[in-house]
Amino acid sequence: MEKLITCINCPVGCRMTVTLTEDGEFISVTGNTCKRGADYAKQECTLPLRMITAVIPVDGSDMPLSVKTASPVPKRLIKEIMKELSEVKVSAPISLGQVIIPDILNTGVDIIATRSVEK
Amino acid sequence: MIDLNVDILIIGAGPAGLAAAIAAKEQGIDSILILEREDMPGGILRQCIHNGFGLHRFNEELTGPEYAQRDIDRVNELGIKIRCGTTVLSVSEDKLVTCVSSEEGFRTIKAKAIILAMGCRERPRGALCTPGTRCAGIYSAGTAQRFVNLEGYMPGRRVVILGSGDIGLIMARRMTLQGAKVLACVEIMPYSSGLNRNIVQCLEDYDIPLYLSHTVTDIKGRERVEGVTVARVDENRKPIPGTEIDFRCDTLLLSCGLIPENELSLGAGVELSPVTSGAVVDEDLETSITGIYACGNVLHVHDLVDHVSSESFRAGKAAAEYVKGIKREGRIIHVKDGFGVRGVVPQRIHGGCREDVTFMFRPASVYRNSTAVVTCGNNVIKRKKAMIFTPGEMATLTLKASELEAVQEVDGDITVSIEQEGM
Repeated sequence: MEKLITCINCPVGCRMTVTLTEDGEFISVTGNTCKRGADYAKQECTLPLRMITAVIPVDGSDMPLSVKTASPVPKRLIKEIMKELSEVKVSAPISLGQVIIPDILNTGVDIIATRSVEK
Repeated sequence: MIDLNVDILIIGAGPAGLAAAIAAKEQGIDSILILEREDMPGGILRQCIHNGFGLHRFNEELTGPEYAQRDIDRVNELGIKIRCGTTVLSVSEDKLVTCVSSEEGFRTIKAKAIILAMGCRERPRGALCTPGTRCAGIYSAGTAQRFVNLEGYMPGRRVVILGSGDIGLIMARRMTLQGAKVLACVEIMPYSSGLNRNIVQCLEDYDIPLYLSHTVTDIKGRERVEGVTVARVDENRKPIPGTEIDFRCDTLLLSCGLIPENELSLGAGVELSPVTSGAVVDEDLETSITGIYACGNVLHVHDLVDHVSSESFRAGKAAAEYVKGIKREGRIIHVKDGFGVRGVVPQRIHGGCREDVTFMFRPASVYRNSTAVVTCGNNVIKRKKAMIFTPGEMATLTLKASELEAVQEVDGDITVSIEQEGM
């Protein structure tokens, strides 16, 4: 089985062809011009990962709080994570880097604040 | 009447103004004041909650607010004063600045040096000549970003985006994640000026179609947008009759380019470049007016905040040296755009320059396996190969101080150009 993907590492944007086994295991990649491209192709075809950033409401403040996943999480979880985030409420004070939701959906990744909010 | 005297006055507390202030203070200048029109420092980074900032400078991927906070923390640590909620009304050639705030009213400040760091603005609907009614629901992508990320409002539910620059792409994802349906991203050019990464992660991940060589030909709606018409364009960017597609939507976002915001610079009499729409500067980022400097997006629109910061450090350092009375020497060498190069900055350097100088420019088109070349008179000073030059990514080329010595020995101006393979 073959998959076509565009590399996102740099503006060259190599078109890569990834060959996978019937059950989706990585065999080889062609079309890349560097090792970063090959690594990305393999990751993207087996377990695509994304950083998620969002805002959540802060009790008693007009300005929402920006948050992110502390590291990339599986792409298929984006919708579920956004749903979790839509239900969370926080109140000041909050410090940059503070954990807002630990271990979101058992990924081992925390949701953390990307700015501080003073009381 | 002068209310206040300072050594260095910086206009704008975004990434450019903050970096310039840090550099000036680290050069030993204590009397520095930053004026900021918003209620908080950080500039546009405050609303750029996505990540990808700081890879060059900090070797990690930060979100906009995190990147800004590092500079804000440093500014506070150094005890540099920022006056927020203050709008600058005018700047004069003799460095008299008038500003207004609700706390202090109208004030006049006299500075020894001024650093212009006001950033840029989005091209508005009026500049696009899009037909249709004047209904509500048409926003620039950055305005929508501000509503969603800073003010907690959703500007609409069914969205079409005109323009595929990075802000438009980022907003396609933001609006989708916040529950809106993004129907299409429409780009008049046959290619997107956005990063591949954003095409993949903001459009493809959410199955949002990208219509290249298409534009919006009509906007319908009385009170509110009810729909837009999109048509294919020919090679002269004229809509082709019969190719129209109608979208039912309540919102149209515009992501059609950024323009440096230079009203204050013009008022002072600073010479602007018709190519960059920013000031004409030398290697110190000094404008045509001695002691007035420009850096960041007000000088030329950058893709990466990391480049804004490094440029602004240089401006801050140079302004500090100017205040200390250090003068530049040597003949003025003009730097010109050659083939394939648009808007090289700086536009002139001093022959006596003893520091590395980084030239930044936008490639005029896509050039693969090509070489950027710096020549002075008939001499080639530097060559730099790249797999690709594209208008979507600012190109940089640094001349080392040692390479600049070669320039001093020949007459003539410097030209930066792109040499295509086989030429």
